[in-house]
This record gives sequence, structure tokens and C-alpha cells, in this order.
Amino acid sequence: MSGTMTISLKVWRQRDSDSEGRFVDYVLSDVSPDMSFLEMLDLLNLELVRKGDDAIAFDHDCREGICGTCSLYINGRAHGPLKGVTACQLHMRTFHDGESITVEPWRAKPFPIIKDLVVDRSAFDRIMAAGGFVSVHTGGAPDANTILIAKETAEEAMDAAACIGCGACVAACKNGSAMLFVAAKVSQLALLPQGQAERKARVEAMLAQMDAEGFGACSNTYACEAECPKQISVSHIARLNREYLRAKLA
Amino acid sequence: MGKETSLITSSVGQKLLMALSGFFLCSFLLLHLTINLFLFGRDGGATFDTYAEFMATYPLIRPLEIVLFAGFLLHAFVGTVLWVANRRARPVRYAVTKPGETSTLASRVAFITGAFVFVFLVVHVNTFFVTSRFFPTGATMFHMVRDAFRNPWYDAFYIAALGFLGYHLKHGFASAFQTLGLRNTRYENLIDAVSVIFWLLIPVCFAAIPLYFLWLS
Repeated sequence: MSGTMTISLKVWRQRDSDSEGRFVDYVLSDVSPDMSFLEMLDLLNLELVRKGDDAIAFDHDCREGICGTCSLYINGRAHGPLKGVTACQLHMRTFHDGESITVEPWRAKPFPIIKDLVVDRSAFDRIMAAGGFVSVHTGGAPDANTILIAKETAEEAMDAAACIGCGACVAACKNGSAMLFVAAKVSQLALLPQGQAERKARVEAMLAQMDAEGFGACSNTYACEAECPKQISVSHIARLNREYLRAKLA
Repeated sequence: MGKETSLITSSVGQKLLMALSGFFLCSFLLLHLTINLFLFGRDGGATFDTYAEFMATYPLIRPLEIVLFAGFLLHAFVGTVLWVANRRARPVRYAVTKPGETSTLASRVAFITGAFVFVFLVVHVNTFFVTSRFFPTGATMFHMVRDAFRNPWYDAFYIAALGFLGYHLKHGFASAFQTLGLRNTRYENLIDAVSVIFWLLIPVCFAAIPLYFLWLS
């Protein structure tokens, strides 16, 4: 078959959360450059299953870059080497024929490994449950322009709302900090009228939960912004810090 | 939404303490350099010694010294607490990482550069402050500085420490604005410009002092 690639893979295998994990080497041929990284893993799993081996467990869902489910640390980078894409949008043409690729799960204490490359990201759900919502009754969808919001503000809130909660920020941060995720959620609601009523309580509750989960603190290295597939800006972290000061002092 | 955090124990609260104490220490650095620049005066150190005498004897300076030491210790202690907590957040390290592609070295090694600066400060405070205050030899501060900086080994140590200080501030100064929520696209260029004064200009001016005395000797 012409135009295909052969790649060497070093994949983290771990039976369950209590077992010791280790890297296992695989060589995969007939990889199309047009395959996504996940499709390449599908191909590898097909081979493993045919041989009677256990398939590699990895998270995936929409495979079009919007669900935030895929979570692979590829060759030392969250979601691989490209900027602004998830692992499902990373194509094999990004790599060269014969390349060796190391695939690891997100590494953070609050993201325990369930199996192989699958980690438990329910810590994010608990942070959201702590305050990432509007509990006041907002009624049905209002008519357009009933609540006026400046275009720039709406854009900024929308930029923050683009966060898909994939956890790449935590994976990329040397401290395993979830600040960009929490900042995006706090920022989105702090910018919009519907979020005002619970503004102070929200930032307090979400940060308290973030700390309780065991995420690290923000060292302002900005690796999170560089790795975020939705390009969420660290300016939202500055806003989160302002919101926290406001909640504490105002 | 009933949960609350403490300014002292929460991660963001501790970062705020780091930023505020950091700014306080930067303001001291500016004052320290201003006085030290009188070492270059061609008056045999008379003006410098006048300031040194004032700092040693004026009653209001004593409580400020205590606040300054407290600021140093707070910055070092909270920085260490955060570093330990941050290490705990990733108990299993990655086999392959490429941090250089996503962040600056200065931002990643701020704790290590800070630790070097702390060691330097212990030596530095002992050489000048402790000796002049508690074990006076009768020498003026100008003469103490001149004699200390005639030793090339001490000069090398001093200049290396200033390199660490500059690298620490290269990240720390601008980072403190982000922590205090003051950094945004409108101000970031201004913050980065002022940052150069603190991470480059001030350490270079400090480093010129031992070189000056070495050259004079």
C-alpha cells in the first residue's frame, strides 16, 4: 500500500486505578496520513483485538473537537504538537513516517487513571456543581435585545464559554492547576447579566472546590493558554483573580 | 454555593500574598539601589555613610526593618508552601514533556531562582547588616562595602546572585500583576516595559557596584 506510514508507539497501559502501569511498545503499519490520531488508535486496537489482546482504553466521543472528551498527552504535549486542536483533530500527517510517538494519560492527582489512557475528570463536574451555574429563575428564552449586552462583552463571554472542559490546561500546567478551566467558567458568568446575582458566592465556591480536589496553584507560566484547544486566554485568569478579590474585599 | 475560602489558605489567596509581598520587596529593591548609587559619589563615601547612619539610627526605621524581614520571610514561606502543594498535584510525572514549547524557563524555575536569592540574602545580610548592627568594627559602611567588594570571589558570588534575582523578577514582576488581576491586553505592554527596569536595569546597576570597587582596587 503506497502513501501509508509506519509508526512506533509507546503507550501507557494500566489495568485499573489500583494497578501499576507501564509503557508498552507497538509498531503499527498501514497508517494513512489522513487518519486522525484516534482513528490510528482504532486501527491499533483492531489489530490487538484480532490477536486476542486487550484493546487500549482511551476517551473519545464527538471526534470533531467540541466535546472535550479526548485527553491524550502525545509526545510531551497535551492533545499533541498542534496549536488549538484536540487529539481527535490531530491527523497523522502531522508526524513523519517511522516516527516514535509516546502516548500518556493526563497526569494530575485530581485526575486518577481509570484504565490505560482514560482518566476520571469528575473533579471538573464537582467544581461546576459547586457554582458553575445560574440558580435564579431566568424564564424562557427572552426576545432578542430584551437584555442589552455590549458586543465586546458578549464576545468575551462567548470566548470563555468556548471551554470544553477537556482538562488540557491541567495536563499542561507544571502544577496541575485548573485555574484556566475555573477562570473560563467564572469569567463567562461574571460578564453576563444573568450571572450577577451569585457572582461573589460563585467564585468562592468554585475556588474552594478546586482547592479541595487537590489541583495546584497558578504560577502564571501560561502553558495552559498555549495548550488549550479552544485558545482560552489567560486574561480570564486575571479576571478570576479580580473576582476573588472583589468577593473577599468588596 | 455555600463554600467559602480563606485568603490565607486558599491557593489564589496565597498567590495574592506572594504578589503583594513581591511588590513590597521590589519597592525595597528600588530604595536600596537608590542609596547604593551614592557609593559611586566621588566624596569618599560621605553621602553614602550619611544615609547608612540615618538608616541605622532613625527610630522609625527599626519597625520598618521588622516589616521588611517579615515580608522576606512571608514571601519565602508562602512560596515554599505553594511549591510543595504544586508538586503534590502531580505525583506521577510525564515520561516525555516539552515545556519549552509552551512556557518560558523563567516562569518554570521561579522557585529555584528564588531559593538561590534566599541563600544569597542570608550571606548578604550577615556581611553588612548583622556585622554593622550587632558586631561593629568601627569601620564605616562605605569601607565595609569597599573591603568586601575587593574580594573577587565575593564579587562573583554577588553578581551570580543578582543574575538569579534578575531571572526571578523576569517572571515574578509581571506575574504579580496577573495575580492581582491587573494584567490585560491594554496594560500588558506597559507592564512588560516596567518589568525590564526591575529584572534587568536594577540588577545591572547593583552588579556595577562590586565591579567598580574591584576596578578601583
